[in-house]
Amino acid sequence: MSSVKKLASKMLEEKEFFAPGHRACGGCGEVIGLRLAFKEIGGNAIVVNATGCSEIIASQYPYTSWNIPWIHALFENTAAVASGIEAGLKIMEKKGISHSKGAKVVAVAGDGATSDIGLQALSGALERGHDFVYICLDNEAYMNTGIQRSSATPYGATTTTSPVGGKQKIGQVTWKKDMPSIAVAHNIPYVATACPSYPVDLVAKIKKAIEVKGPAYIHMFTACPTGWGCPSNMAVKLGRLAVQTGVFPLYEVENGAYTVNVKPAKLKPVAEYLKIQKRFRHLGDEEIKYIEQRLAEEYQKLLEKSEASAS
Amino acid sequence: MKQYVGMEVSVALAEAVKLANADVIAAYPITPQTHIIEHLAELVASGELDAEYIPIESEHSAMSACLGSSAVGARTFTATAGQGLELMHEVLFVASAMRLPIVMAVANRAVSSPLSVWGDHSDVMACRDVGWIQIFAENGQEVVDNAICAFKMAEDNRVLLPVMLNLDGFHLSHMVEPVLMPEQKAVSDFLPLNNYPQPLNPDKPVAMGDFAPPVIFTEAKWAQEMSLRNSYSTILEVWDQFGKQFGRHYRPVEHYRTEGASTLLLTMGSFSETAMTAIDSLRDEGCKVGLIRLRLWRPFPFSDIREAVKGISNLIVLDRAISLGGPGGPAASEIKAAFYGEENKPKIVSFVAGLGGRDVTPKGFEEIITRGIEIAEKGSSNEYEIYGVRE
Repeated sequence: MSSVKKLASKMLEEKEFFAPGHRACGGCGEVIGLRLAFKEIGGNAIVVNATGCSEIIASQYPYTSWNIPWIHALFENTAAVASGIEAGLKIMEKKGISHSKGAKVVAVAGDGATSDIGLQALSGALERGHDFVYICLDNEAYMNTGIQRSSATPYGATTTTSPVGGKQKIGQVTWKKDMPSIAVAHNIPYVATACPSYPVDLVAKIKKAIEVKGPAYIHMFTACPTGWGCPSNMAVKLGRLAVQTGVFPLYEVENGAYTVNVKPAKLKPVAEYLKIQKRFRHLGDEEIKYIEQRLAEEYQKLLEKSEASAS
Repeated sequence: MKQYVGMEVSVALAEAVKLANADVIAAYPITPQTHIIEHLAELVASGELDAEYIPIESEHSAMSACLGSSAVGARTFTATAGQGLELMHEVLFVASAMRLPIVMAVANRAVSSPLSVWGDHSDVMACRDVGWIQIFAENGQEVVDNAICAFKMAEDNRVLLPVMLNLDGFHLSHMVEPVLMPEQKAVSDFLPLNNYPQPLNPDKPVAMGDFAPPVIFTEAKWAQEMSLRNSYSTILEVWDQFGKQFGRHYRPVEHYRTEGASTLLLTMGSFSETAMTAIDSLRDEGCKVGLIRLRLWRPFPFSDIREAVKGISNLIVLDRAISLGGPGGPAASEIKAAFYGEENKPKIVSFVAGLGGRDVTPKGFEEIITRGIEIAEKGSSNEYEIYGVRE
């Protein structure tokens, strides 16, 4: 344990910027991700938080888990608020009336706030090229309001608004929206997927996102034991399995060039990932086979993009 | 020697924002506001105004970006109209509740459907309760002067509230009027640098926009209500100071030929100048009528209105918006409420006119006043009358 601490302290800031005492569910994946990310981002930052789990768990008046300036406005406007902060800091620094020198602007939002209701504001901010980092904490549904489907909910998952019934036996009938590709399509300098189950990879990507000039988009896969229907000690394991089965490949796109960061020698059977979650319990062999095939195809396409970028 | 310049009011407003040395402008085009933000874009592009101009992708995001820039302490301006204001609606509440001194011009426009780009007050009347200071201007000079005053009111640390400056779309925004542009030095003396007390600053972290359980929400709203009500005295102070320095004086309620009047017409915005012509004609005919104009809409100037109608028999309130299925004009409804508990009160008659940019001529105002007096004397079974409608 002491050697872990020795190693960890070399890699990460000891100080907590997202402090304990928040109200997240036991075993929440996204607080692990937030904690790690902000250890790398450090104290000279301003956080803009969308409405959602990450916001409500850490901000009940008069408490906060944030040791850095933090603002929450609404659900869908996080990237727009971040745009204003970035513009404000920039002009005030230029005019010599700024109080914050070189502060990083970091937007934090869930998958619904990003890929559904906040997509327009995000697209606008990426297109305009504001110098900020946007972190999407993807737990694959509207968890804060009680597990409703979003466009990031995977095919086959049950939620309270994509239930399984006598007529509809699949759950979510649509494939997960490819949000990182939408970010890439804006020709921004840095896009990456990350998962707290791979902390070294995650921290390295946050570092790049912060250092790059212009918009950076991090899509972070954060398991939600409450919403996914599994024991609260499973978040890290689920993240690993998601990467190893091809459900959530870890890659980055630097100025359009793809790199797959974690390449399993062979993708694990997706059933290993699906079978341990209540939300997929109803799926039969046929659906599982369909999911596995489509994941394999998409993973292959990703590898091809990565190879094409390298050549 | 002071020189009047003929300027489109939208351009004059943008020039006033330049004089105020705004730091951030986040804006989205919408008729009839667009000339304001176009001219600001030109001023930034030419270097005359050193500001960050965010050509943003919607009004919802425009106001959201304003939240961000204002929260770091930057002097922030935007402009909108009609649908744009409605798209911003939920963000407007956040701006006032977070006590962010944003200044916004609204070139008042009807709200769809049917689509109408022309002016009325339906947009702002749907935003009465958003917690902003709301001012109506009736001519180009008032727009310029009040744009400068708006920043001073908003940023005063006793106030810290957003200010909405309303100017009628087309009827005012697109008019070329003679305007006295204040000198830069005079404006800089009048309007000090924005000194937002608790900006987002890594050296002194704050949390803005926490969620409030029931145990504290009522208190948060009451504190906000107190801040808006208390802003009244600072608003007067700013106008007084402006009057002393620039020689043009503004009050929450303005009077025109009210001496000896038994009937008053109440208008808002650009209606007022045409109405004056009608008042002059009626006065020439021996009719004891006068005009009052509501310049300050929020905080509602209860005492000024009550004072203005002392000894008056009839008050005719002309709204440029319709409260569908409700009591008629929104302003009339509020004014009736303001007098309900008063012992000596005038008869209050409500008219709605000028929807979707329809002109009301001086003759029209005369008809409204004559009909209003008739209703006041004989009564009416209708809650209100809509002027000039073809049934």
